[in-house]
Amino acid sequence: MTPPEPEHRTRLPVFVDTDAPPDAPARLLHDFTPALIDVGAHHLCPGCGEPIAMRSMVEQVDELGEVSRAIAVFGIGCYTAYSNNLDIEVLQALHGRAPSLATGVKRCRPDTLVFTVQGDGDMVNEGLQEVLHTAARGENVTCFMLNNGVFGETGGHMTAATVLGQRTKNTLEGRDAARHGHPIRLAELVAALDGAAYVARGAVNNAVNITRTNRMIKDAFRTQREGLGFSFVEILTMCPTGWFVDTVDAPGYLDSALAATHRPGVLKDARKGLEFRTPAPKGSTT
Amino acid sequence: MTATAHAGARIMPGSAAIAEAMIAAGCRFFAGYPMTPFTEVLETMAARLPDVGGVCVNAESELEAVGMAWGAAATGTPAATGSTGQGLSLMQESLAEIVYSRLPLVVLNMARAQGDYFQATRGGGHGDYRHLVLAPCGVPEAAELTQLAFHLAEKWRAPVLVMGDYYLAHTHQSVSVTPLDFGPLPPRDWALDGSTGGTGAAKLVSPLSDAKQRHAAGRADAGYDLAEFYHRHVAAMERMVTDEPPRHEAGFTDDAELVVIAYGTPGGYVRQAVRELRAEGRRIGWLRPITLVPFPSDVVAEAARRAGSVAVYENNQGQMLDDVRLAVLGSADVRFIGGLSLDPSGFGIAPDLDVALLKRRIADLHDAVTGRRRGPEPEPPHREHPRSRP
Ligand SMILES: Cc1ncc(C[n+]2csc(CCOP(=O)(O)OP(=O)(O)O)c2C)c(N)n1
Ligand code: SF4
Ligand SMILES: [Mg+2]
Repeated sequence: MTPPEPEHRTRLPVFVDTDAPPDAPARLLHDFTPALIDVGAHHLCPGCGEPIAMRSMVEQVDELGEVSRAIAVFGIGCYTAYSNNLDIEVLQALHGRAPSLATGVKRCRPDTLVFTVQGDGDMVNEGLQEVLHTAARGENVTCFMLNNGVFGETGGHMTAATVLGQRTKNTLEGRDAARHGHPIRLAELVAALDGAAYVARGAVNNAVNITRTNRMIKDAFRTQREGLGFSFVEILTMCPTGWFVDTVDAPGYLDSALAATHRPGVLKDARKGLEFRTPAPKGSTT
Repeated sequence: MTATAHAGARIMPGSAAIAEAMIAAGCRFFAGYPMTPFTEVLETMAARLPDVGGVCVNAESELEAVGMAWGAAATGTPAATGSTGQGLSLMQESLAEIVYSRLPLVVLNMARAQGDYFQATRGGGHGDYRHLVLAPCGVPEAAELTQLAFHLAEKWRAPVLVMGDYYLAHTHQSVSVTPLDFGPLPPRDWALDGSTGGTGAAKLVSPLSDAKQRHAAGRADAGYDLAEFYHRHVAAMERMVTDEPPRHEAGFTDDAELVVIAYGTPGGYVRQAVRELRAEGRRIGWLRPITLVPFPSDVVAEAARRAGSVAVYENNQGQMLDDVRLAVLGSADVRFIGGLSLDPSGFGIAPDLDVALLKRRIADLHDAVTGRRRGPEPEPPHREHPRSRP
């Protein structure tokens, strides 16, 4: 007797009905590609959250009419696959160093919209001092951190943002505070600095969160455009490969594991007079 | 073309002259972190750059400093950074990647002694790269070479390192710093300003190649070929070190029986010691490499061939010595007469940088190589340094 299908397999949606010929011609991958992302295989895993976050960033640049003024500075991680894939000017930095490069760019070209694309490994591990100093200086740039709680690129290893209990290749039994220390909540750290004008944490694990994240990205860019100081959006992204969970389970794992420690919300917004506050836990009414 | 003492000359320390020369060369972005004797350059840039519409950032560390300068350089702004020994060590990862990214940048190593020759010429960073290295002696030459560094950086789209030292930074000399014209430069068509976004051909400045991935999808004219990029890059680096003429200064090498080679401030001490020995009738010559990369191998080889004996003086354990030996390739006897860069100040400033002491060492060697009687024993290389700074 064959074992029953796992539950998530039975609830998979039917994407393509193969019982009959399609009523519309099949569409190619690049038919869905946003205008500012070049066609080209990016080799990121199925179910990865980073392409969604990348798309959100470039779409907000476009919607704000900043395409011909934008300069993206890339760190090193899986998202680096996009650094030679955008129809936006790109400067490729070293692992951890993007905020300083962004500073140099912005100081020399104050009219540009400058943003970094980094991961938790890049920003919280290798380059923590870079982002903190850039924020404290009130540098008029925007930094984005794609937080998946792992070094995705190296194959799923613990970062400083890995949450307690999370299994990685070097915390096989789950991150244990006694042995591996505590995770750093970067958005909270940045928001506590006076030079930071806009700080938020979003996620791309469902349509609602993507819409919220889009708004955060736009507000961060507006903060920069108005010259109010440093802006920062941390974006929780799925990494089914580095989490060792099935692709369909990754959005749920993001909620139950990552977002329980790294709580989504707007932490600070100078444009709206919102002082630093920590986001409330999920389900809380405050 | 030389910035020498004449009309408009002012007496200033080397550090200030280097800063003024950077501004004269068009430098409009500078970032640094204090460390003696680089500190004085940073102070002058912080005071002077805003006057000319430039930006000087007091970076929180050398890592930030080089990163900021990298970003500034990517916008086509003439930019510079620097430090002293240790700070340069911290910057090496970035320096290597800036070479791969093909960006012009001027980097100062206001070293204390000469222990960083290998770091400067071999690169302390990862990978397979080269950049030009200039080593001035004296304040007027430092002012000229600093300006030349900006020209060469743009010409070759690569970082240029200027090796200073403690004495150069702190010696006051009369110098007039006026903009020097080294000739036309290629357009900065690679520089980022955001304007190519949305055109279908947005610019990319990356150590990983300037090719777009879409080229791989067969949708564009050029091919996405990493190997092609690296070959192009390596060829450009090779042209830089073979086509850029090496610079040097030399004296009395025609009939010398011994040629003494030294660079930077010690090169000036050796020049003086040899001049005095000449006046005493000794057939000795001197040679001072001004470009360390490219190394003036041909003139070193020729001088060595004529003289048959070469002495190398450096304030380290013998680093340029390797380049001299490579140039000479066994055709002459090569001796090291330098000293360790240790002194009681803790600053590692040459304990034996002293003309009288150098004269004795050189004369002894001259006696030995010409078969004459040995002169008096040289003094022990360590002596009290009169000054000590925190
Ligand atoms: C100095 C340095 N150390 C280590 C690496 C190797 N490395 C490449 S990507 C990466 C981790 C990236 O993690 P993250 O920024 O979180 O991006 P992700 O892959 O998770 O998207 C590491 C450690 C490197 N490139 N440079
Ligand atoms: S390893 Fe993780 S972050 Fe990297 S592409 Fe795969 S899913 Fe995305
Ligand atoms: Mg990560």
